[in-house]
Amino acid sequence: MYQYDQYDQAMVDARVEEFRDQARRRLDGSLTEDEFKPLRLMNGLYLQLHAYMLRVAIPYGTLNSAQMTALANIADKYDRGYGHFTTRQNLQYNWIKLEDAADILADLAKVEMHAIQTSGNCIRNISSDHFAGAAHDELVDPRPYAELLRQWSSFHPEFTYLPRKFKIAVVAAEKDRAAMRLHDIGIQIVEKDGEVGASFYVGGGMGRTPMIAPMIRDFVPLSQLITYAEACLRVYNRYGRRDNKYKARIKILVHELGKDEYTRQVEEEFAHMLEQGVEPPIDELERIKPFFADPAFEDGVKSVDRSDPDFALWVDRNTHRHKHDSYVSAVISLKPVGGIPGDATGDQMRLMAELAKQYSFDELRIMHTQNVVLPHVKIADLHALWTALDAAGLGAPNMDSIEDMIACPGLDYCALANARSIPLAQRISEKFDASGKTEKLGELKLKISGCINACGHHHAGHIGILGVDRKGIENYQLSLGGSEAEDTSLAKITGPGFTEDGVIEAVDKVTDVYLSQKEGEERFLDTYRRIGMTPFKEALYDKA
Amino acid sequence: MMSHNLGTSPDEVQFRFRDDEPADHGTVTVDACCDQTNATAVRIEPGDDARALLPFLDRLAMVEVNFPTFGDGRGYSSARILREAGYTGELRAVGDVGVDQLSHMRRCGFDAFAPDKPLNSEDATRAFATWDNVYQRTTDGRKTIQELRHE
Repeated sequence: MYQYDQYDQAMVDARVEEFRDQARRRLDGSLTEDEFKPLRLMNGLYLQLHAYMLRVAIPYGTLNSAQMTALANIADKYDRGYGHFTTRQNLQYNWIKLEDAADILADLAKVEMHAIQTSGNCIRNISSDHFAGAAHDELVDPRPYAELLRQWSSFHPEFTYLPRKFKIAVVAAEKDRAAMRLHDIGIQIVEKDGEVGASFYVGGGMGRTPMIAPMIRDFVPLSQLITYAEACLRVYNRYGRRDNKYKARIKILVHELGKDEYTRQVEEEFAHMLEQGVEPPIDELERIKPFFADPAFEDGVKSVDRSDPDFALWVDRNTHRHKHDSYVSAVISLKPVGGIPGDATGDQMRLMAELAKQYSFDELRIMHTQNVVLPHVKIADLHALWTALDAAGLGAPNMDSIEDMIACPGLDYCALANARSIPLAQRISEKFDASGKTEKLGELKLKISGCINACGHHHAGHIGILGVDRKGIENYQLSLGGSEAEDTSLAKITGPGFTEDGVIEAVDKVTDVYLSQKEGEERFLDTYRRIGMTPFKEALYDKA
Repeated sequence: MMSHNLGTSPDEVQFRFRDDEPADHGTVTVDACCDQTNATAVRIEPGDDARALLPFLDRLAMVEVNFPTFGDGRGYSSARILREAGYTGELRAVGDVGVDQLSHMRRCGFDAFAPDKPLNSEDATRAFATWDNVYQRTTDGRKTIQELRHE
């Protein structure tokens, strides 16, 4: 994986010292909270309902065991012994004291980590496919391109005060495992006539106005990748709406101008930019690529002993096909039954780090579904790995099942939330696990947001739940038919909302409809797409 | 006759990175600049298209870019567009300009700063020197980290 050189390290170190000074000025009163707010936000420090929240960047979701261990130690030393992995492959600490923030950033800098641009109206952490460099179906490893974009977007002088936050995802397989088309810019690395380049999708997003990004350019040569991104951003910085923060994301600009007009403006700016020589030397990409070279894979056994049914189930559910046939990528579920989706304790993080060292060439990934991946595990080592995970409560065999839900922190932590998400997620996983229905339902992506900002990706859930506040009472809207994968679609609301108990009952009912109507190997999403909303509505709202 | 009070005066400039004498110009709006053939100083508001000035760059000695709030970043693009087009006159950032914006503004081509609220000059000096090295190529002439790596 990528390693800092003296330049990268100096950037991060400089930022720690700058922030230490800013925090000192806030604590001694020479900065007001209003003056301090934009400064702390640039360092990922939010003021939440009960405490400060610090969001740590994990570039393209890749980290090594020393970094994971550092995250664990910070959780123990400065937080309450746990951290929360997010849908943008980052980590959040929910109980941070301002006095400690600079020390935490210094601890992070020691392992080449930071919290830079994890908030604010700037280009956020670049996300990517969690199976990058391991998946059997990718064209190339997308992470060298993500790293090039990371450098370009770090402290970009023109794009630090954009109309709104800006999220970029990079994938390099037909199968989209990063919700690429629901990002401000989604980049797919593609091949055309034997040359590798990038397709640009611009103007996707969730939030209160969900949009699927249209493709604005099918092929940008790699020698112009940064220049094209710069052109996309400049048009947005100049013309994105600033009169209303709810209409300020680039999706609104692309929608209001129309894809064709936005594209025309980008192409015009791109032609101009090409003359400015903003592209980094192509040698830089060649310098970055070896950091992501394959580790030394060895041939070994290609199947597991399935005599232990629990182990066999975990292998079936939680492993992903690797490009080397003696290896798999193993998913460590952070969705134990009744747990808080995405949370991990310091001890669990240290264990995952240790297992990565032992079984996965020292490498881990964070998934946007709030789980952890060991990308390169020998099939021969799977049983030992599973045994260790299971003993630590990390062996839930539920990847992509209804229990593997995404949930935002909700009203338990977040100052923006209207409703709680976590208790709902906990109750649903307990209910479906106890009844054994999870198994029957197969792949079913449930996503829960505690407010309209959609951090829990409810628009992209096969089943989505949105918490709203109705006259002071938490109310939950149900939606069906969303997908964040390569068949991207936005979920549609079923009808009137439900109470907390009611929405759990409603999820049960729509899954009953699926089980009674499914044909062949259809997933919930496939059945919904075939039969439409009506049968689900009837089951939910018609009086018996 | 356009108002001469539209822009900032040289007295209000707190930091300046130019050797030439700051001229006290009658500053006009972008629209007026396009109509008025003798204007030598112009003020860009966030919603103005800096490219409207490109035909007149050789007669302009000072362009000031207004930041009504620091969070409105359109002025950074305006500045870069002018520098990319070869503008060499004074480029003055005015308005809600804080210590933490200085280094980015400088990189985008600003060479004079007239903040509404004068800044602590020690903080500002430190801010201007924030980055030993930089990742992005702009018109400020600095070699990027990527270029330094491949020298």
